[in-house]
Amino acid sequence: MIYNEEFETLPREALKALQVKRLQQVLQRVYHTVGYYKKSLTAAKISPDDIRSLDDLKKLPFITRQDLLNNYPFGLFAVPMSSIVRLHASSGTSGRSSVFSYTKRDIETWTDLTARSLVAAGLNKNDIVHNAFSYGLLPGGLGLHYGIEKIGTSVIPMSDGNTKRQILLLQDFGPTVLCSTPSYALHLAEEGKAMGVDMKSLQLRVGILGGELWSDATRDAIESAFGIKALNIFGLPEMMGPGIAMECLDGRRGMHIVEDHFIVETINPETGEALPEGEEGELVFTSLTREAFPLVRYRSGDISRLIPEPCRCGRTHIRMERVLKRSDDMLTIRGINIFPVQVEAILKEIEGVAPDYQLIIDKVGALDSVELRVEVGEKFFSESGGVKELQKIEKRIVKDMKDYLSISPRVKLVAPQTLKESGKKVIDKRTI
Amino acid sequence: MKVEQISVFLENKPGSLEHATRILTENKINIRTLSLAETVDFGILRLIVNDVEKTNKVLKEAGFRVSKTVVVAVEVPDQPGGLHSIMEVLNKEAINVEYLYAFVEKSGQNAVIIFRFDAPEKAIEVLLKHKFTVVPGAKLYDF
Repeated sequence: MIYNEEFETLPREALKALQVKRLQQVLQRVYHTVGYYKKSLTAAKISPDDIRSLDDLKKLPFITRQDLLNNYPFGLFAVPMSSIVRLHASSGTSGRSSVFSYTKRDIETWTDLTARSLVAAGLNKNDIVHNAFSYGLLPGGLGLHYGIEKIGTSVIPMSDGNTKRQILLLQDFGPTVLCSTPSYALHLAEEGKAMGVDMKSLQLRVGILGGELWSDATRDAIESAFGIKALNIFGLPEMMGPGIAMECLDGRRGMHIVEDHFIVETINPETGEALPEGEEGELVFTSLTREAFPLVRYRSGDISRLIPEPCRCGRTHIRMERVLKRSDDMLTIRGINIFPVQVEAILKEIEGVAPDYQLIIDKVGALDSVELRVEVGEKFFSESGGVKELQKIEKRIVKDMKDYLSISPRVKLVAPQTLKESGKKVIDKRTI
Repeated sequence: MKVEQISVFLENKPGSLEHATRILTENKINIRTLSLAETVDFGILRLIVNDVEKTNKVLKEAGFRVSKTVVVAVEVPDQPGGLHSIMEVLNKEAINVEYLYAFVEKSGQNAVIIFRFDAPEKAIEVLLKHKFTVVPGAKLYDF
């Protein structure tokens, strides 16, 4: 089934013509309403009128995550707050988080696009969705929720956490669809097994999984643990949230990018030079229809490859391979994206802690676990020297990490030489 | 009347205590008494030594986090009820003990108890009022 047959199967020539038209419109709009774009286009000596084809796109400057941070919180909004109906945000302290806004129409568009994803996964109104994506400031849970209701499917707004309760409801409510991060799906399977539940005998038949890097090996593990078909969903909170690309049940290879609403390019992450379709590189997105928070040539940091060959499902929209690496140092921990610099900013505010630190990320069972090694400050220790004071610091670090980044690390205070010896700020032992 | 204790932060990993004792040995520092407080992640080695300043210096130079803490040493007869007689008084006077450790004097007649109080001055005053023998640092270091 295809949710929006007209647009999802638009012949590529027509699709490209639509993209050009919408690109020109969005450029005019951001140029006249967002100070940042006026400045950046002027600096690049380009006027919106110079963009006449998709090929002209590469004349436009990129916008990066750092630009988003520099304009925290509302500097890149293209409409006044009176037109905005929702705000989402990434994790992080002030000035280190990005804020995403939506008009009423943005929410409607988003709802339609997630509806497309869900229908591509074979959902209909007889299904029950167990939605274990996080509901809250991050756009995952709510984004899908609206789409699920839109197609008339029942939704259980589980959010993440309370795993035992989730397993009870998986048995009692008999959902047919599981939406979650892949690692949380595996965690559910493990916990369910430990509780003596036969996870294969549940009603589940399909999983819509994403929000972190995951491999085909993980897909196989999830499919055999639950006896389901696991599909990959892709979203970027900066561009909208989930629903930007989705694997179809027919093709099961690569995710269709909703090209009537976004333009995707591949670039060389080192040089910024545009690469031919099909070559591996960093994905760059331009939102064509966003009203509140349009982004032109946003560097996603995700490394992937586009699949130009047509798909047997009939959708004409180009597909992207699963994302297996990043062009930057972003870490995804239990579905939450963080950057080491955010950890640094938190530690800087805590008295008694030296600036050196080390994050060690590993898996405990299916779930990510984080150990944060921190050095005790010399002055702090020479003035206190007590167990209680040090434990207070440990608690404070755990709390601030949880409050600002939604990450719960195990904090380990270490001697100064330990961190110097290894020299690495991040050790990621996970395999995806 | 106060005594200075050296506290050393030890990471919970093999060899960290040995590293500290090696530094002390190399610098010919004599430990009068000690205790080790440990948590899941780290330990704090508490030392009463013959040369506080030198210990502080050499451990810091070796990269350790070191602090000097004021503690109070009380001498009591090494017999049943020795510690209790002190605790009774402290309890009555509402003085909190953070931690303590003890050793027996070489003569074997007396025990010395090292106390860490929130308010050492007040504690010393009370202990002296009740005729306890508070051992001054200078004497303890050379015991």
